[in-house]
Amino acid sequence: MSLIDRMLSIDRRWIYLVITVAVVVPLFLDLPQRISVTPEVRGLYEAVEQLPRGSKVLLACDYDPGSAAEIQPMAVTFLKQAFTRGLRVIVVGLWPQGPQQADLAYQEALLDPKVAAVNPQYGIDYINLGYQAGNEVVIQRMGSSIQAVFPRDSRGRPVGQFPIMEGVVDFSSIAFIFNVSAGYPGTVEWVQFAGDRFHAQLASGSTAVQAPQVYPYFPRQMRGLLGGMKGAAEYEEVSGFRGKGTSFMLSQSTSHVAVVLFILLGNLAFLISRRKSRVGAGAEEGR
Amino acid sequence: MDVVGIWIAAFLTLGIFSFLYKDNPFYKVCEAVFVGISAGYWFVSLFWQNIWPKLLLNLRDAAAGAASGRGWDERWLYLIAGILGVMMLMRLLPKVGWISRWPLAFIVGSTAGLYFITYLQSNAISQVHDTLVPLVAAGSGSFFGLSLPFRVDWDALFVFAGTLTGLVYFFFSVEHRRVAGGAARIGIFFLMVTFGASFGYTVMSRMSLLIGRMDFLFSDWLRLIR
Repeated sequence: MSLIDRMLSIDRRWIYLVITVAVVVPLFLDLPQRISVTPEVRGLYEAVEQLPRGSKVLLACDYDPGSAAEIQPMAVTFLKQAFTRGLRVIVVGLWPQGPQQADLAYQEALLDPKVAAVNPQYGIDYINLGYQAGNEVVIQRMGSSIQAVFPRDSRGRPVGQFPIMEGVVDFSSIAFIFNVSAGYPGTVEWVQFAGDRFHAQLASGSTAVQAPQVYPYFPRQMRGLLGGMKGAAEYEEVSGFRGKGTSFMLSQSTSHVAVVLFILLGNLAFLISRRKSRVGAGAEEGR
Repeated sequence: MDVVGIWIAAFLTLGIFSFLYKDNPFYKVCEAVFVGISAGYWFVSLFWQNIWPKLLLNLRDAAAGAASGRGWDERWLYLIAGILGVMMLMRLLPKVGWISRWPLAFIVGSTAGLYFITYLQSNAISQVHDTLVPLVAAGSGSFFGLSLPFRVDWDALFVFAGTLTGLVYFFFSVEHRRVAGGAARIGIFFLMVTFGASFGYTVMSRMSLLIGRMDFLFSDWLRLIR
């Protein structure tokens, strides 16, 4: 069997092994990386920076632990930026596990010394209104009354007792919406209902799979967009809060190099073998 | 408790990954656990998030209001939703399965109505609006060092060319020859770049999930990474 034939019939488990090594080894390395910030990510960062202190922002968490590797660093960095900017964060979720992920992000954000210095308080600077079933209809109803849709927080307490909810009526009471989304319902619905219908200012952090679908909304319908882990790393870079998004990018880069090499080798082997078979067929005809 | 949870999560992760080598009983168990827990979680979640607070509690309060002599309570409208829900379950009974078409028709109709305007506004009109932007503007510009008497918005020009040629590719009323054929071929090029970008993003997404699991195994479970 020639080398080309071996390459074309390689056991896929060797590919899995190479990818695993390419992912795992960089996790143990702490190499400096140059992460350039794209206009989409800078758009989110600057939109948050421009908000007056004390503004209320909505963090819509539409994801679950399955996509947390990509999305969680975005939520953590957003909370860090919001708290250090003196913003007040209201969390909602159209996915059942989204608000739970937000609480995990909140706890992680509090570990940052800059955030700890601000000492955000539940009910004053942060509140989790929990999950509400109904997909896009929930957003539509929030356009009329947020407290009617979320009468209690995630722990079952009436939201009226919390200072952060004073004056919160509808989207006009919310200065900015950041939606972290892993699918439906998610960014598309927030743009269609909150953004385009109720003219709310919003940005999105999407899984990489979903990012190409929502790119056309930038910059007019969305102020910013974080696409996958790269977007999370860029956001950490521009905001100065380095976290898991940045540390994972080395693994991301090496695994991509491995995938590209496999694609090139596979195509090269295919082209060579096709050429060989054509030459062989031509020789057969010549006899 | 956290330690027990981490160990269970680690073994389930390894069990699912073991499929990469070959199908095995460990993988089957992990898969069955995942499917069972997902179904149970969704059932409980939907009951306590929908049926209990939105249907049963509202009807209970409406009934209490009626018993105390209050007039019409709009919460009785939830009864319609409840009846539609029961009608949907009729599909489980073959003889009266046709009844489930009525609530299905309601869902299709209301969703179509809800989305008609939003999609038209957000995904059609707004996108067309963003494509119809000035391609050149007054002022001086340059192109590979060559000075131009006007300024070109290259991004907008690129989007315009991609949109136009992409539309030509999907326009079948004219045979794809000469100008139309050339434009369609450029359109294919743009489409291929789009598919390639989507594929690249998908690879990044899947790698992110793998990185997340590996990070969990080596930092949370084995504590080899700090």
